[in-house]
Amino acid sequence: MESEPLSRKIFTVCKTLVRKLVFRVLRTGPMPSHIAVIMDGNRRYAKRNRLNEGAGHDAGAMALFYLINYCYELGIKYITAYAFSTDNFRRKPQEVGKIMSLLRESIALLTKITKNQPVRVHFAGNLELLSAELRDGARKLMEATAEYSKIVVTICVCYCCSDEILHSVEQSCLQKYYKHSYVRDSHDDENGERDVITLVDIEKHMYMAVTPDPDILIRTAHEHRLSNFLQWQTSYCQLASLPVDFPELNSWQLTWVILDFQRSYKYLARKKLQR
Amino acid sequence: MDFSRKKRMLRFWTDKIGNILLRMSWHLLHAIIYLCYFTTGMVHALESHLISRGLLRRYKSLHISKINYLAIVIESEDACRTSNVIQLLQWVVALGINHICLYDNEGILKKSKDLILDKFDGAILFQDTHEDNILLDQPCMTLEFVSFSDGKEAVARAANVLLMKYIKSGATGSNQGEQIFTDSQMSEALKTVGSGGPEPDLILIYGPARCHLGFPAWRMRYTEIQHMGPLKSMEYGSLIKAIYRFTTVRQNYGK
Repeated sequence: MESEPLSRKIFTVCKTLVRKLVFRVLRTGPMPSHIAVIMDGNRRYAKRNRLNEGAGHDAGAMALFYLINYCYELGIKYITAYAFSTDNFRRKPQEVGKIMSLLRESIALLTKITKNQPVRVHFAGNLELLSAELRDGARKLMEATAEYSKIVVTICVCYCCSDEILHSVEQSCLQKYYKHSYVRDSHDDENGERDVITLVDIEKHMYMAVTPDPDILIRTAHEHRLSNFLQWQTSYCQLASLPVDFPELNSWQLTWVILDFQRSYKYLARKKLQR
Repeated sequence: MDFSRKKRMLRFWTDKIGNILLRMSWHLLHAIIYLCYFTTGMVHALESHLISRGLLRRYKSLHISKINYLAIVIESEDACRTSNVIQLLQWVVALGINHICLYDNEGILKKSKDLILDKFDGAILFQDTHEDNILLDQPCMTLEFVSFSDGKEAVARAANVLLMKYIKSGATGSNQGEQIFTDSQMSEALKTVGSGGPEPDLILIYGPARCHLGFPAWRMRYTEIQHMGPLKSMEYGSLIKAIYRFTTVRQNYGK
């Protein structure tokens, strides 16, 4: 009976060593600097394993922490996760409550982790839709970690890309409006021309403006759509669809995705440069 | 001194050999990946051949009515292969899909639009239709040609349209934090600048990588995306398989 835990320990150590070796080999080639992930399949995972729905989301959160750790080992600086969409508010109130509670616990855990690790945490989305407690917790964590740059974790919550585009257009309009009002009032603009909104103005007001565009976007549960996640930022991004539910995402699937990215790297890099 | 020099030399050669071994391992991993893709490619080619011949019963009846609007993204370097593009469109039309959007990043297809339209009797250019909701009811074929300038740059132009309207509305700009534009206003503004169009149900990507190459972000929120490989390797069977796969998908739209 005592040998079982020992053999399991040895197996875990060997598995970790093999993983670190494979990661070291991977790093010989071009590596993505930003990975985004759609955490799909938590409920399906719970149903298949005869767990309650909440347990599926707990397993998903654990898988996300493992993923962040793997990305840290691989030297990937930016990780973005689609935790909660504005569309998800249409789910059952108990499920929404569970996800909010999980978010509260994650903020508390990340606050502890970031006291000793230089991890910047950013929350992207319309945070006004969160409760005041969650919103304040998220903002405090963002402020406390704003100076860190070794690794940047972005949690997209109350996020939709179409909402992000609209928000960015609104902010750009308001900025130009105020500038136009100032110029009109002070009569400084001799030509009387109005400043136009450019693509640069729109991009600087995006929720995701703190990170570069993703190199890889992973969606689990064998789905092949973006579901209103980062379609603006993924013009030249490798889209990967994995046939496993998110809680089952492991280092081997991540390795496969990165190898796939390395195969297409020259093509995607050329496309980005052309733009 | 001699010992520390020997230690440095040892370290140098250890690192060098280590790097060579890592490089060789990396190439070995990629060779394995290449073999895996080659094998699956052979299997897909065989499956595609069987589907084209109608030998796989499952693909014989497609619920084409589920696809109201199909988008095809083509890598710009392949977009000049007009004969391949026309062949692909003929396959799509033969399956019963009449409303198609063709996208390539650099607008090469826009330059060939007259040549492509000539090959299809009665086909009309999307921009010639006035209302989006009438478009999908048209019995004849409609073709839309889209490029990168209809994506992000169009959003910037639409933002200027909204800015003009906002200024003309006499707003004071004091409603900080409140939403001042709606989704439908944004869609209208995009139509005004000539980049409005329905959201496709399915996007087929013909290119070396699974990447949408800047397809208009406002129009692909819940669109299914299928990667079909390079245009020169396109197969009729793969097209049917992609459409069949789409017709079996069930979306929750976040619920």
